[in-house]
Amino acid sequence: MISYIAKRLLSGLVTVWFIATATFLGMHAVPGDPLLNDKAVTPEVRASLEAAYGLDKPLPQQYVIYLSNMLQGDFGISFTQKNRRVNDIIRDHFPVSAMLGLLALTIAALGGITWGAITALYRDRLPDVLIMLLVVFAVSVPSFVFAALGQLVVLKFNQLIGHSVIPVAGWGTFKHMLMPSLVLGLGTMAYLTRLMRSSMLEVADTDYIRTARAKGLSAPRIFFKHQLRNAILPVITVLGPAIAAITTGGFVVELVFAIPGLGRYFVQAVQQLDYTVIMGTTVFYGAFLVFMVIAVDIIYGFVDPRIRVDKVGA
Amino acid sequence: MNDTYDPVSGDFEPLLTVTDGEQIDRPSLSYWQDVWLRLKSNTRALASLYMVLALVTFTLAGPLIWSVDPSKQDLEQISQGPGLGQKAILVPDRLPVPSINSLTQSMAEDRADGSGQRLDLLGEAHTEGLTLSWLAVANADSYTIYRHELEPSSIDDLGLPLAQVGPGQLSYHDSLSLEATTYYYSVMPIVAGQPQGYASQRVEVVQAIALSEARYRGLVPEGDDASLLGSTIRLEAHPLGTDSLGRDMLARLMWGARTSLFIGIIAPLFFVGFGLVYGGFAGYVGGKTDNALMRFADFVIALPFLLFMILFKIAFGIGPGESGIGPMLVALVLLSWPATARLVRGQVLQIREEAYVAAARMMGGGANYLVMRHMLPNVMGVLLVSLTFAIPSAIFTEAFLSFIGMGVVPPTPSWGSMCNDGIRTMLSHPHELIFPALFISATVLAFNLLGDGLRDAMDSRLRSDS
Repeated sequence: MISYIAKRLLSGLVTVWFIATATFLGMHAVPGDPLLNDKAVTPEVRASLEAAYGLDKPLPQQYVIYLSNMLQGDFGISFTQKNRRVNDIIRDHFPVSAMLGLLALTIAALGGITWGAITALYRDRLPDVLIMLLVVFAVSVPSFVFAALGQLVVLKFNQLIGHSVIPVAGWGTFKHMLMPSLVLGLGTMAYLTRLMRSSMLEVADTDYIRTARAKGLSAPRIFFKHQLRNAILPVITVLGPAIAAITTGGFVVELVFAIPGLGRYFVQAVQQLDYTVIMGTTVFYGAFLVFMVIAVDIIYGFVDPRIRVDKVGA
Repeated sequence: MNDTYDPVSGDFEPLLTVTDGEQIDRPSLSYWQDVWLRLKSNTRALASLYMVLALVTFTLAGPLIWSVDPSKQDLEQISQGPGLGQKAILVPDRLPVPSINSLTQSMAEDRADGSGQRLDLLGEAHTEGLTLSWLAVANADSYTIYRHELEPSSIDDLGLPLAQVGPGQLSYHDSLSLEATTYYYSVMPIVAGQPQGYASQRVEVVQAIALSEARYRGLVPEGDDASLLGSTIRLEAHPLGTDSLGRDMLARLMWGARTSLFIGIIAPLFFVGFGLVYGGFAGYVGGKTDNALMRFADFVIALPFLLFMILFKIAFGIGPGESGIGPMLVALVLLSWPATARLVRGQVLQIREEAYVAAARMMGGGANYLVMRHMLPNVMGVLLVSLTFAIPSAIFTEAFLSFIGMGVVPPTPSWGSMCNDGIRTMLSHPHELIFPALFISATVLAFNLLGDGLRDAMDSRLRSDS
């Protein structure tokens, strides 16, 4: 187990290094000039700016500085928001995104497992058909449309009540999080419902369920203790990709709901070509996602020893 | 016990003799014919196939039938809902200015009792222009004119004036981007530098179009000007309305479909093709090469997809006049191939061990023969399914990137960028969001259902069960 964890962590580190390098090369391949502005800059000012940002050094040296800074956890200073360090931006805004993402993931997981179990229970009957229809609908509609619809629903609801019960946009209280996290979790929830359904049906055909039934156990006991518990296992494997989907989905939801999360800052930085912020947040997000996937895999290894053996053996 | 069965005694005979028991009396079906038959019996898959065909027709043939320029602005009909064109009155190119002095005089006489308004409309009010006139105020230095869409309730509501005219002028001709709504005009005399109250007048402005403009746009027949003037015509029809810049939604959806479906179909074709070659090679060669190649593929798969899409999009840059479709295609292909490569490699590894491949090899089949005759046809099934599922996800990616402003560049329409535009006017003009969102959803839904159907039709496990 320890060698498996070490192996995964090492490959994760290599991936993060690759992400950092690709980000560095990518940003330096961008046509144009980070210091080019609508204001005319004299050569002296330009030279001092380049020196300040370290842009006067040759590329390999810049790369070494970049990597060593990053190893020390320093992502540099924003180009467009003067005097604001990228570290500060990440520290201020990532918790907001993480909070939103965590709530969305919880909603998605609980909802997906519940709906999936219900569809399997009512296989080919009305609840199953209805829920699967909704699932197909949910995976076919882009997240920003859901975000817009969610906002519209909140607005109409508030109008119906007569005063603002749930805020339409913004951040601060738990009420602010409700709609965005629901919208953010919806796509993942649909995906998990589908997975849970097939997993439940697969488990229903196994010998141990038949044995349990033959022993005369009560139907609820078989359903919860034997079928549901075993069917949840595969859901854990897709939590890694689900976290990735929710993180990137957050870009759009934060934009639409005006939430001061890191995703919105990333999109803003991308639109303003704020080089250091793009590089910093890309590497940060990349590392976060890579290690989340690894963490999920390791947890799964603990939960289901069969997987661990398979992976090391291969 | 006495009548024991005796098979030799001759009272047992076969009823009939089967001579040709294994004769096949139906035409044999190829794998693909079989798949097609099963797909045809799946209503959902068949419906989605028709939907895909309809979408492709809409994209390819649509612009030929509805030949409206998607970037042409119809400034008379901005953010208009779906339906026929608006009605408009034909007016002369040069509006006759009513003779003000005489009219003002008559107005003054009408209101000699002082109860009437001090501001009035002269002639008709339409979008090509309108003329206001007011009664002179003694000792006025100048008059300021205001225009509002809501009725000003006090002098504080007036804000910035539309114009200021000298003391001798008692009329104002307004033709500044008028729309066919209700306006409230106000006039305020300035006496010795101080405002002296104000007078308001509600004006209903009707849609109008100048004759030469209408003729230029082909809305009226050639002929007698005098008989046409004052008659009502319909402006250009926009069956699905217009967007916030007055561009025809139907035309933009058709051209946007070209962008979205082009990216959605071409990119998967490329990366599935590349994945086929890469994974096929790795699987066929095997050994250390396979190991190294698949390590690299695992690496690319571990990259966060959308982050790198954004990064690549920035890195490639978009020059002036370019649409941004090229960089998007390249970025999609660069990041998406490993999934297919993995899939194909797994299949090839499996097929390589099959008995029929061993037999073919033993009978002297070369590498080319093995690949073309056995590997490729057997991989084709999973490849087609993964291609069908890759299309909706590519369309989603394009829409997502266009939505956050990293996709195709305006004025190139795409469904994603149209949604982005539409979301801003969602509350007042929902059709600008609903139509592109509907098209994205319908397309993704159709391809997803088609993929499901294809997978069911091809899965050999399902076939052996039934």
